[in-house]
Amino acid sequence: MWTFIHKLGSPRWFYAISARLQPWFWAAAALLLLVGSVWGLAFAPADYQQGNSFRIIYVHVPAAFLAQSIFVAMAVAGLIFMVWKIKVADMAAAMMAPLGAAMTFIALFSGAVWGMPTWGTWWMWDARLTSMLILLFLYFGVIALRGAFSSRDSASRAASVLAMVGVINIPIIKYSVDWWYTLHQPATFTVTSRPSMPMEMWLPLLIMLLGFYSFFIALTLMRTRSEILRRESTKRWVRDLAAEEA
Amino acid sequence: MPGTETPMTDTEAAMPFHREPRGGLMVALRATLKRDLVLLLRRRSEVLNPLVFFALVITLFPIGISPDPELLATIAPGLLWVAALLAALLSLDSLFRGDYDDGSLEQLLLTPQPLAALGLAKVAVHWLLTGLPLALMAPVLGIMLSLPAGSYGILALSLALGTASLSLIGAIGAALTVGLSRGGVLLSLLVLPLYIPVLIFGAGAVQAAILGDGVAAHLAILGALLAVTLMFAPWAIAASLRISING
Repeated sequence: MWTFIHKLGSPRWFYAISARLQPWFWAAAALLLLVGSVWGLAFAPADYQQGNSFRIIYVHVPAAFLAQSIFVAMAVAGLIFMVWKIKVADMAAAMMAPLGAAMTFIALFSGAVWGMPTWGTWWMWDARLTSMLILLFLYFGVIALRGAFSSRDSASRAASVLAMVGVINIPIIKYSVDWWYTLHQPATFTVTSRPSMPMEMWLPLLIMLLGFYSFFIALTLMRTRSEILRRESTKRWVRDLAAEEA
Repeated sequence: MPGTETPMTDTEAAMPFHREPRGGLMVALRATLKRDLVLLLRRRSEVLNPLVFFALVITLFPIGISPDPELLATIAPGLLWVAALLAALLSLDSLFRGDYDDGSLEQLLLTPQPLAALGLAKVAVHWLLTGLPLALMAPVLGIMLSLPAGSYGILALSLALGTASLSLIGAIGAALTVGLSRGGVLLSLLVLPLYIPVLIFGAGAVQAAILGDGVAAHLAILGALLAVTLMFAPWAIAASLRISING
């Protein structure tokens, strides 16, 4: 068990193991996303209040889930890097950050597009919108901090500390924004009290959710592999690999 | 006085390793506190600049929005809090900068005492000379924004409590960016999202005081935020300082 983890921690072994895992996740992502989007966009019944505009949910909700999960994953990878000095964890964290920011942006953007037909406005200072916006800024902070250092080791450690500080703060920010929202009591738009979803709407959503997660894992594996090659390009095994390919 | 010091050094010479390692933490803390206080008090402009900035930003709002007292009164709690928060943010960059430039930060890292405690002492001095003056000055600016009566005490109290958390959280960002030559904008990008909970409950306390609601809940949460940051921030500051020095 432990030797397996240690092997996984070494870039070379991770490169080899992820080569075997990667196709499965890509296949799962492609299959799930295809089935989910066709089912969700074409066959799921239209909402009796919102009509067809509710179908944005099949992009919006998975993106929002992933946006939060990626930040947690990034912080966990940062912790692993700081405690056990496993470089692969840091490479994965570095590769996750832009994807997380992109997912947060997709969630915000699809929310705005969805908000127009349902609420009649592109933007509301709703509690969840606000905390997603703050999450986007946290992602920008981590990415910018990593880019600001000239030494890679310092950049990795600084980004790990910031990701961990951020992940402790995310629940605090979330609850305080919720409280702020209930205190202010703006217009009564209720996104939350939508009638609970029937099965034929919910199942494609679940499939899309799983598809998004598979896509995230597959993409992170792929990007981490290329990052391994970039950072270890002076190592012998990478050179041997390149010689084999050539 | 040389006369009183001579017997001390004699006993130390007799037992060279007896006094050194133990009992150092309080001495080191006091020395750090004293040194930072003296340094900051001798550079008066560094203490005064955030206060002037605070007053200036508050002056901009009536000019930019409207001098109507009723409108100003409704937005005053938020304005005062946001302006004080920005002033506190502005002062952060110099928190470790001077020590980093002249190398005394490295000496701080080399001391046998825990870096987290010494960092906490530096943050305490920073709060004492920026957060606390900002809190004391806010009621005066509140008069200028025709802040409703009865909320002045709460404004000062919430700012005093809140800026302590702001200094602690901000010190993490300052420690992370101290090694970078142009860390100023990056620092605000890192720190501002983390300031939002403090802003919500700080401005909320003043708002509640104006509306006559219970203020205690807001102040209690501000205190809780301070307790949590007091527990976690020193370690993050110490880790960040190590990264900045070694990198």
